[in-house]
Amino acid sequence: MSRRMRAIGACAAAIAASFADGAGAESKRAPLPPQYVDECGSCHVAYPARMLDAASWQAVLAGLDQHFEVDASLDPETLAALRVYLEGNARQKPTSAAGEPLLRITETRWFRGEHDEVPKRLRQGPEAVRPADCTACHRTAEEGSFSERNLRLPKRGEIR
Amino acid sequence: MRWGLLILLLALGAGAARAETPADFEAQFAAEARQNDPSYAGASAARGQQLFGTTHGGDWSCSSCHGKDPTAVGEHVVTGKRIEPLAPAANPQRFTRPAKVEKWFKRNCNDVLKRPCTAQEKGDVLAFLMTFAAKGTR
Repeated sequence: MSRRMRAIGACAAAIAASFADGAGAESKRAPLPPQYVDECGSCHVAYPARMLDAASWQAVLAGLDQHFEVDASLDPETLAALRVYLEGNARQKPTSAAGEPLLRITETRWFRGEHDEVPKRLRQGPEAVRPADCTACHRTAEEGSFSERNLRLPKRGEIR
Repeated sequence: MRWGLLILLLALGAGAARAETPADFEAQFAAEARQNDPSYAGASAARGQQLFGTTHGGDWSCSSCHGKDPTAVGEHVVTGKRIEPLAPAANPQRFTRPAKVEKWFKRNCNDVLKRPCTAQEKGDVLAFLMTFAAKGTR
């Protein structure tokens, strides 16, 4: 096997591994596009494209004038640019339920699986974390990084 | 190469022409308000403050997310996201980009008032926001 062949093989394996968890083409270390952060990160964390599949992003973008009961409408040029990023880097595995694309990341199967060990006190009651507020525990969520290394659960009694 | 430089300079010039100040927006809203109503007597910070803090029959007011003190950092009422201060004295980036001003008035007036704001209302809110001085100079 030539050196070049080996290199290609290694690349293919790395690419295959990156898709194995169902995430999109975007590297988890790649910075989020500044325009996306600017447009979609004003009211909430700029959720990386890999969190929803392309059908879910299409549904989100189709309803921005009533986006979770808030007007998040965009001009057509901006919308087109964001569509390229979101659909091009969307999750490969489906994020749907009963054949319908899910709009809430928190309702997806992968999200619920990843969060099934979160203590009950952070799910309900006075210390409950707002579901949209990734930064409550994921300290580098604003940069699109959700690695466990940067994970820190709020302590008991810690007021946010 | 020379053409590239020329195009770059033209683009920069166009960009600079679009950068505005809060005073430009005050003038623009006043002109529009006068067009709608020839007897328009100017913006009112008191009316703006009233509009800013009222829920108008819905769930939210402007201050639900921007806070009661527009020179302070706000917090989105649903998501908890940090929102930089709205008063230009506390945040010099506010009211400098027409597209951004237009986008957020459109969205937030729909959210709070369930309709677009009039030019008079925009002028009143801006007049209210302009009554705040930079922190430490008050």
